[in-house]
This record gives sequence, C-alpha cells and structure tokens, in this order.
Amino acid sequence: MLSNLRLKKLFRHTELYLLVVLILLSALISFLNPRFLCSENLFDLLRVSAFIGILALGQLIILISGGIDVSFTAVAAVAQYIMGFVIVQHHIDSIVVAILLPIAIGSVLGLFNAFLVYYTKVHSVIVTIATLNVFHGMLVFLSGGRWIHNLPVTFRNFSRIKLVELVNERGVSYGLSVLVGFWILTALLTWFILRYCAIGRKVYAVGGNPEAARRAGINILRVQLFVFTSMGALAGLASFVQAQLAQIIQPNAIVGRELDILAAAILGGASVYGGSGSVFGVILGVLLVSVIRNSLILLRIPAYWHQVVIGLIVIGAASLMAYQRKMRDRRASGSVVV
Amino acid sequence: MLWFKKIRATGTLDSQTVLLLVFLGVLVVLISVLTQGRILHARSLQALAFQLPVLGLLVLAQLAPMLTGGIDLSLISTANLAGIQAALILTSFSGWYAVPLAIIAGLVTAVMVGIFNGAVVSGIRVPPFIVTLGTMILVRGIALSITKGRVIAGFPREFLFLGGNTLAGVPMPFLIFLACALFLAVLLKQTAFGISTYMLGSNLIATTFSGVKTSSSLLRTYVLSGSLAGVAGVIMASRFNAVQADFGGAYLLLTVLACVLGGVNPAGGFGKVSGVLIAIIILQITATGFTLLGLSAHLANALWGIILLSSIGIKRAVSVRGAEIK
Repeated sequence: MLSNLRLKKLFRHTELYLLVVLILLSALISFLNPRFLCSENLFDLLRVSAFIGILALGQLIILISGGIDVSFTAVAAVAQYIMGFVIVQHHIDSIVVAILLPIAIGSVLGLFNAFLVYYTKVHSVIVTIATLNVFHGMLVFLSGGRWIHNLPVTFRNFSRIKLVELVNERGVSYGLSVLVGFWILTALLTWFILRYCAIGRKVYAVGGNPEAARRAGINILRVQLFVFTSMGALAGLASFVQAQLAQIIQPNAIVGRELDILAAAILGGASVYGGSGSVFGVILGVLLVSVIRNSLILLRIPAYWHQVVIGLIVIGAASLMAYQRKMRDRRASGSVVV
Repeated sequence: MLWFKKIRATGTLDSQTVLLLVFLGVLVVLISVLTQGRILHARSLQALAFQLPVLGLLVLAQLAPMLTGGIDLSLISTANLAGIQAALILTSFSGWYAVPLAIIAGLVTAVMVGIFNGAVVSGIRVPPFIVTLGTMILVRGIALSITKGRVIAGFPREFLFLGGNTLAGVPMPFLIFLACALFLAVLLKQTAFGISTYMLGSNLIATTFSGVKTSSSLLRTYVLSGSLAGVAGVIMASRFNAVQADFGGAYLLLTVLACVLGGVNPAGGFGKVSGVLIAIIILQITATGFTLLGLSAHLANALWGIILLSSIGIKRAVSVRGAEIK
C-alpha cells in the first residue's frame, strides 16, 4: 500500500513520464538503427537543439510567472541582426562582443516588454503579439531584408571549437560543440536561480497566485522586469548560437517559429496557467522534439511526419494531464464537476 | 438596477467603437492626403475589397473562441488543409460536380478539425491554448505530408470565380465575407447559442449552474471557428489559384491582434462583430495605403502593433481616470 502510494506520487511528475518516453523511444530507434546511439549522432543532436533549448529556458521562466511571450523570436532576430551589422561594419573581430552585444540588446527589448505588460495590465500574450509585429516589422523595414555574409574570422572559427573531441572509425574527428556548452550553462544558471534565489521563488509565487504574492509584499513589477529581461537576454544569447550554426544572418530566419518553441516548453510540463514547470522538464521536452525529428530522419520516414507526431504528443500529453486533474477534482469535491 | 447596468455596459462598448472610428478616420484622412486621394479611387477600393476577406474571415473565425475566453491557434493550418482538400478534388475530378464537391469537401475537413478541437476542449477540459497549439502543428504536419511541401496550383475557372470575380463591381470574396460577418453577428446576438458563448466567457461556473449545457456550447464554438477557417481556406485557394501547407503563417497572431483591437476582451465575455469589422478595415486600409505609398508591408506590420498598443494604452488611461472619478 505504502509503496503503491509512493509510486503514484513519483509518477505524478511530468519529468518522469517524459524521461520514460524518451528512453523507450531511444531504445526503439537504436534497435531499428544502431547509428542513433553513437556519440557522433548524439553530439549532433545536442548541437542542433542548443538554439531552441536556450529559448525554451527563457520561455519557461515567463510561463512560471503566469505569462506567455511570443515576441522572443523577433527580439532574437533584432539582437542578431544588430550584432552582425556592427561586427561586420566596424570590423570588430571579437567573439566577446558577438556574445555580449545581442544579450544586451535582447535585455533592453525584454525590459520594454516588461514595462508594457506591467502598466497596461493586459495579458502578456496580447502585448507581445503587438511588440512581435513592431520589432520584426521595424527590423525588416530598416534592414531592407538584406542578409549579412562575410562574418569575421574568429566568428567563423568559433563554431568549430569542441568541448570534447573524439575520432570516429573512419578517422574523421568530431566532438561536442562549444554551443552546447552555452545551453548547459544557461540551464544550470536558470535552475540555480529558480530554485535557490529569492527572485526565483518569487517568480513561482507570482505565477501561482499573483494577488496573494502581491499581498505578501512581493514587488510584481520587479518580478515582471526579471522574467521578461531574462527572456530577452536568453533570446539574445540564442540568436548568437543560431548565427554560429547558420554562419549567415537573415532577418527572417527566426521569426515564425515562436509557437513551435513554446510547444517544446509546454511539452516539458510548464503550465500556461503559471506557477509550475522545471528546468529539467523543459530540457527533456526540447530533447524529445529533437529526438523525434532525428529518428524520423534515421528511419528514412519523410520529415513532414515529425510535425504530425509532435502535434499528437502535445495534444495527448495535455489531455492526459487535464484528465488526471479532472479525476482528482471529482474525487476531492465528491459530486459536481464543472 | 438591471437596465442601468445594461446601459452602462453598452456605454463602455460604445467608447471602444468611438475610439476605433476615430482611429479609422485619422488613418483615412492621413492616407488620403499622403496618397493624394488615390486610396479613395474605385480601383484602390476594389483592390482593398479583394485583399480584405482572407484576413477578415480568419479574424471572424478567431472571434467566437475568444469570446469564450479561449483561443484557436489552429486556424491557419485548418484553412490551408481545407484549401488542400479542395485542391485534391479539383485536380482529380473534372465533371461539373467537381467544383461544388471540392468546396464541400474543404468545408467538411475544416469542420472536422473544429469538432476535434471542440471535443478535446469541452470533453477533457484541456486549456484551448495548448489543444489548438497541438492541432496547429498536427494539421500542418498532415497538410505537409499530403503536399510533400509542394504547391498545388492551377484550378478550373468555375472555381476561381469565388476569389477573383466581381458581382456588380463588388468582389465575390468581399460579398462572402460580408455574408459571413452578418451570419456571425446574428448568431451571436440573436440566438441562445450566441448568448451562451458570451456567458461562457464571463463566468463558466455560473453559466453551468444556470442550466446551460456548457460542453455542447464550447464544442459548437470551435466548430464555428473551424468552419469559418474553412471558408477562408477555400477563398484563399481560389484567390491565389494555389494551395500550400504553410501559407499565411503570419496571419495567425494578427487575427488575435485584430480581435483585441476590435474590443474583444481576451479573458472572454465581451466583444462585438461590428468592432472587429472596424479593426479589420483599419488593418487593411493601412496595408493597402502603404502599398500605394510604395512603403514596405513590414512597416505596416509594425504600425499595426503600435496601433494595438496605443489603443490598449488609451483604454487603460481612460479606465484609470474613470476609477479615480468614482
């Protein structure tokens, strides 16, 4: 009886479901195609996921606070373009500038979102739909849609840096890209802030019940500033990672993917109602999306099907959670369920 | 007391309409002056009436779910799938029955997506934002697997009539759009279903206890949204003479923007077809005006965002002042 109870408690966690699904899926795929589990493929999978992974972490912080931000793709595009423009125009051959500049620009745009959300008192999804249009519209207008090529040498070489370097059986060296390091560092930092810092706990408090949080003396404006600025900063960092992967900067490359990235965060168990979500869950959500995409390629199934699978998983997972909540409410209230 | 509240409620809604009309008036004057009256020529107005219906129908489709406090993110995918379904029939049949069959099949496909959304939202009570986000990806995936990412183009002339012809100088798609808007307005205002839609958005629990079958109302809301998206999809196919799995992705968030600009409360319960109509005209007139001025369509996008933000800001300022006076 006791063990049964403990098991139930354990299985209520979304993370565990995700982990089980991820392991089962990986086992199935590596059974069908052993190449899946080789470190070369896994390293590549992580490298490609780093961009979405960092953005999903930013979205997680916003979702926990009870908001939704859809402008982050435009923020990333603006930060990336200005960075590219500055380093190419002024021949700044410095990777530090290329990393810090988009983070700074993203933070400023995030700050702008935060003030708008706080002072208009309109749900953040509406406000950020407006700022998405403003940021991206201005970017494409001012840039004329021009692409930025010929990035500096250090910028081009940076993406080849490996954290771990191995050699495969054909003698070609491969490794874990430095870009994955950015993802890991952001994940650790986000986890630490959300779990151990006062501001992190306040984010959960505001998301769980804003009115109660306000009465408990939490400064809502400060929490809003923190969550939207973090999202902006992470969008800036992610835009650097994306520029490293693509080695070309296009004003239209990132915008339009906001809802797919949001889906990965939601898949990881972040609630759109606020108050819950974890870094581990969101990482698993992003990995699940990437593994599905990767496995379809390895199994030679047309890539179009991966959206069908991900759509079904999002609906299925959300339905399962909602069904459990409905059952719990029914047990708790005894009779009437709305 | 009740009549007093009723007047006050209509009073606040009117202030929204007044604000919108002022916006519209300023825009029309500004663009007329800048284009030296070219925007008011019959040809420009006709172009405007050709361009407006696609976005307009999608915005109407977004209206009903938003009134219940929900949202439908799968609209664009649904419209595209409906268009693709119609295109598949048009390219494989050639008899006289092909065109009506294609239209019906497109609409039925869209209604089926609506039923699916509605069933999950009302039956399992999954938040509409997540359900329709999932359906958006799922339906787009289905459409992509059908078309393999390619464009299907070249339809018979009888089908192109819907999107490209005029009736007494008025473009067909515009007439269809007006008919749909009228239908929606009557449905929302005059029928029990329409009133229950508003009630669902203001207070779900109170609505349940007042004897409304909330599940079936919610279901019908999403079916309505799906079918309007289907109409938009068929018209898109006919107007562009082509279909594709990921046409018009940028329209999705614009439908929400237009609804909120038109006075729809994102939390549900408030909003009128007339307000949304003015909002659609505002958006389209800036787009058409910008094209006439040779300005980038992206600048028009930015302006739409600024218009929404300023309308929110003005409303907020007015309501804060109102609260202070009380």
